Parts: sequence; structure tokens; C-alpha cells
Amino acid sequence: MAVKVIIPTPLRTYAQRREFAELEARTVGEALGGLTSLYAELRKHLYTDEGHIRSFVNVYVNDDDIRYLANENTPIKDGDTISIVPSIAGGGREFVRVC
Amino acid sequence: MSEEHNVRLELAAGLAEEIRAHGQRAYPHECCGAILGRESEGLREALSLRQLPNRREDSPSNRFSLTAEDVLGAEQAAREQNLEVIGWYHSHPNHPARPSEYDREHAWPWYSYVIVSVVNGVAVEMTSWRLADDRAVFSPEQIQIRARAAA
Repeated sequence: MAVKVIIPTPLRTYAQRREFAELEARTVGEALGGLTSLYAELRKHLYTDEGHIRSFVNVYVNDDDIRYLANENTPIKDGDTISIVPSIAGGGREFVRVC
Repeated sequence: MSEEHNVRLELAAGLAEEIRAHGQRAYPHECCGAILGRESEGLREALSLRQLPNRREDSPSNRFSLTAEDVLGAEQAAREQNLEVIGWYHSHPNHPARPSEYDREHAWPWYSYVIVSVVNGVAVEMTSWRLADDRAVFSPEQIQIRARAAA
């Protein structure tokens, strides 16, 4: 199935500034796997060291959040659009090393 | 040395005051919002803001979060102005304007993260940061206030 994967603005620097990639895949997992094969530097921003999609990475198939479908096993069909949407959060108190 | 060093965020006139005022209104809770602008040839300009509600109702004085819909709405607003979401701002009530470990864990590269410290209801220091490519550290980003660019 040919699908379009929208790359969010903050990650385009790791994908040759491309806004999207067109890939052949049967599931969301295959599509994201194909994307990170094309652009290996994306992987650490999308996946944990254990290989799970990071909690603050939202993935949509068309308008549907894959958490309410079958996560990475969500099937996709020809012409679908997969969007990677950053989750934004933060807050004070503990401090972090800076350089 | 990574490209995050010596980076600069130019804030159009009035935006810094708008962020400070938002932080003061939200106190003792954290405020948050999107920074809309453009980046070209290494120059990053913030041209407008989109104030957003802090969705962390359980701990709003030391945490903030936005929904995916908030993010998509900010991106849509940016596109309508022929801009991009170049970063996000939030306040640290009664804490310095330095990123927390929680900020780092939830940060994305490339974005500018502006933090304003609000002490006893009064906005004081404001800083900006970018996450390193390896996600390990935040690097400071210079904030420069400038007159609003001509259309």
C-alpha cells in the first residue's frame, strides 16, 4: 500500500528537510520502520531504546489516533496519510544539565 | 561543537511582553503557548504567539501539557500566516528560567523553548533553549528583541 508519512517540522532536519515521505507498507509499524530506514537519525526521536514509540509521539492515520486503533499494528490502505504529531509538555522544579 | 551553540531567537517587539504578561496572568500556574515565525538562512524570527491552555489540571503549578489538537491547531494557525511553529513557551512559577529534567525528557529538537520565570506573580528572567541532537542536554539560545518586520 502506498502511504504518505508527514514528518513534523522539528524532525525534518533529520530527513533532508522533507515534509513527507511516500512509502509502501501494510501497517503503521511498517511505515514508520520504512521511514526510519530511510532516515536513520529519526529513530532516536521516535522510539525508545527498547523499540517502543515514545509516549510523547502521537501517530495518526488520517484523523485517527493509532492508540485507539491497533497501535503499530493498525492496518493502512492505499492513499492513507500517517501524521506524526509532537506532544508538547514540560514544567519546572527539577533542573537539568545544560551546556 | 553542535549547531545548537551560538543560536539566536529574534523576538518581534511586544512578544516578550506578551509572554511575560501571560505568565503573570496564569500565576501560580504555568502558562504555555506556541511561537510562530520563520527560519531562513540560519535566522530564526518569532513573529506571533498563540496562547494555549495548560491541560495539566492535576499539577498546573509545576507542569504543563498540550493536546495533539492544540499542536495541530497551532500548526494550522501558522500555515494561515505563512509561518511555522518554531517553538513553545511556558512559565516556571517561583523557579528559575532554566529547563527541568522533565522539560528535557519531553522536548523535541529544533524547536526553541522559551521559559519565563514568574516570582511571586512578577515575571522576571526569560531564557530560550534548544535540545541537542542527541537529546542529552539543552543549549541556551540568545534572545534578541527586534522591531516587527515589515510585511
